[in-house]
Amino acid sequence: MNFTNLFRIALKALGNNKMRGFLTMLGIIIGVASVITMLAIGQGSKRSIRAQISEMGSNMIMIHPGADRRGGVRLDASEMQSLKLEDYKAIVNETRYVAACSPSVSSSGQTIYGANNYPTTIYGITPDYLDIRKYSLAEGTMFGEQDIISSAKVCVVGKTIVDNLFTNGESPIGKVIRFGKIPFQIVGVLTSKGYNTMGMDQDDLILAPYTTIQKRVLAITHLQSIFCSAITEEQTEEAEEEIASILRRNHKLRATDEDDFNIRSQQELSTMMNSTSDMMTVLLACIAGISLLVGGIGIMNIMYVSVTERTREIGLRMSIGAKGRDILAQFLIEAILISVTGGIIGVLLGIGASWMVKLVAGWSVYVQLYSVILSFAVCTVTGIFFGWYPAQKASNLDPIEAIRYE
Amino acid sequence: MNAIIELKDIKRDFVVGNETVHALRGVSFSIQAGEFVTIMGTSGSGKSTLLNILGCLDTPTSGEYCLDGYSVRQMGKNDRAELRNHKIGFVFQSYNLLPKTTSIENVELPLMYNSAVSAKERMKRAIEALEAVGLHDRLYHKSNQMSGGQQQRVAIARALVNDPVLILADEATGNLDTRTSFEILTLFQELHARGRTIVFVTHNPELSAYSSRTIVLKDGHVIQDSCNEHIASAKETLASMPKTDD
Repeated sequence: MNFTNLFRIALKALGNNKMRGFLTMLGIIIGVASVITMLAIGQGSKRSIRAQISEMGSNMIMIHPGADRRGGVRLDASEMQSLKLEDYKAIVNETRYVAACSPSVSSSGQTIYGANNYPTTIYGITPDYLDIRKYSLAEGTMFGEQDIISSAKVCVVGKTIVDNLFTNGESPIGKVIRFGKIPFQIVGVLTSKGYNTMGMDQDDLILAPYTTIQKRVLAITHLQSIFCSAITEEQTEEAEEEIASILRRNHKLRATDEDDFNIRSQQELSTMMNSTSDMMTVLLACIAGISLLVGGIGIMNIMYVSVTERTREIGLRMSIGAKGRDILAQFLIEAILISVTGGIIGVLLGIGASWMVKLVAGWSVYVQLYSVILSFAVCTVTGIFFGWYPAQKASNLDPIEAIRYE
Repeated sequence: MNAIIELKDIKRDFVVGNETVHALRGVSFSIQAGEFVTIMGTSGSGKSTLLNILGCLDTPTSGEYCLDGYSVRQMGKNDRAELRNHKIGFVFQSYNLLPKTTSIENVELPLMYNSAVSAKERMKRAIEALEAVGLHDRLYHKSNQMSGGQQQRVAIARALVNDPVLILADEATGNLDTRTSFEILTLFQELHARGRTIVFVTHNPELSAYSSRTIVLKDGHVIQDSCNEHIASAKETLASMPKTDD
């Protein structure tokens, strides 16, 4: 018995019962489509979280001074003066895994332009800060090295500042605003980044040379924090270790001393968010998997009924020379055809549904090849698994009884 | 003349509960090529059991059965299936055509289980078989669009398509009205005239007159085995019947 003939026979038998075949398929179609859609939604949300984190700078490393543990009264970390300019320079010069580095000092206060004023924070940084925090300029230019050396009173402002100070729509470039009592000339405006996942307005800031803020605003010589970026996200941990060892050496800490600084990266945040969305994905996949299982049972049910109903046909086939294995193969092929056809339709429907979700709900979805292959494979296996029992039953029928079955 | 069927002391017992039922209690006969044999018997005479054994659907408890030189008793299921596929053509009382399937596809069916026959050859032989039973104009009719007589003709074509050494008909006219019965019987006589070996199992004694030999079973024994000197012609009987209006 060759396979082509068996295939024809099975196809013909299915063709004789189109409606039933379709209804049986429906279980598989819904199962596969939901697996694909659910995984696409899960993957989409994971990706959008990743994108948001990387917008904040997924390879960003923040170094703050540690709380003072020596005295009885603990001081706020920002009061600590343990981070020095030398630390920044050492990090810039000695590390292998750090791509960009910027010192940071900041001050909160009122900015004034003409009759408008707005409370904000001014950050003293180097131009590297833009790279680290993934900011870019919408117009104008960034201040340069020369401005840092000369402690120039120039600044780059975020969109929120522009909106609140320049209410009549004039261009802010070249205008002079005051922060507290100190005038700053605006040389550039940042591209808007909107709110981050924590609900913080990322456009509500003013950037100025750190030397200017140190000398003219805060009158300090130490740094409040240092921002770095690792070369890649994966190298964040190596970069952290490297920075820690440099800082410990610079601060002359003994092996038994605790760090007098804190290094934080986005890793933990990213891990946490990923695990949440992973859990969601598993949950969704489980629900979808169950519907696939139910679809499989549907196949078994219909095939089982079909075997009983077609007992005489089976008896006839056997009496004209079909062997048990021919009958087994026929029914198995029928079950697989149902599940595979259902699988193909389900895949298409799943991809379509994912697009619908994207279009209608505006969620980010991402159909992965592996989820297509996985659900397709699962439904084929489902077909074989649930088709086996009825097919086995059919092939074991006694032709004498089957042919006279009423 | 060579023997197509040789039965030697065939016994077949069935165990039903604690009792053993002896369906066949030692049946011996042989059928030569080209014979048209009617096997008769009342219900319970063992004729169905004998038919199953002749058709290689069942094996005897003891005794020897040779079909066209092949000893069947020791054969396994799959070998018997293959033997049926090559040597036997079945015609059933209730036609047993596949529903919603064309004549050609129904007739092709036995060849579908014979991988030696190509698709082209299969089609050709199916058409030939259908022509042989006078259904050349019904090739693509579906089984549910045909009358009982036509369906039985398709079934006979299906039995012929694998060019069997033996055609086994089980009450082949049982579901048909008298007129159509004789049409089918005429067809069998024509096939016989062309040299086919036919075994016709029935409980209707009238039909025995149209075959060349009659075997009568009773309680698992052959009680009569006689050759017909004067074979009645089904065609003539048909001609003598009053015409219906269709």
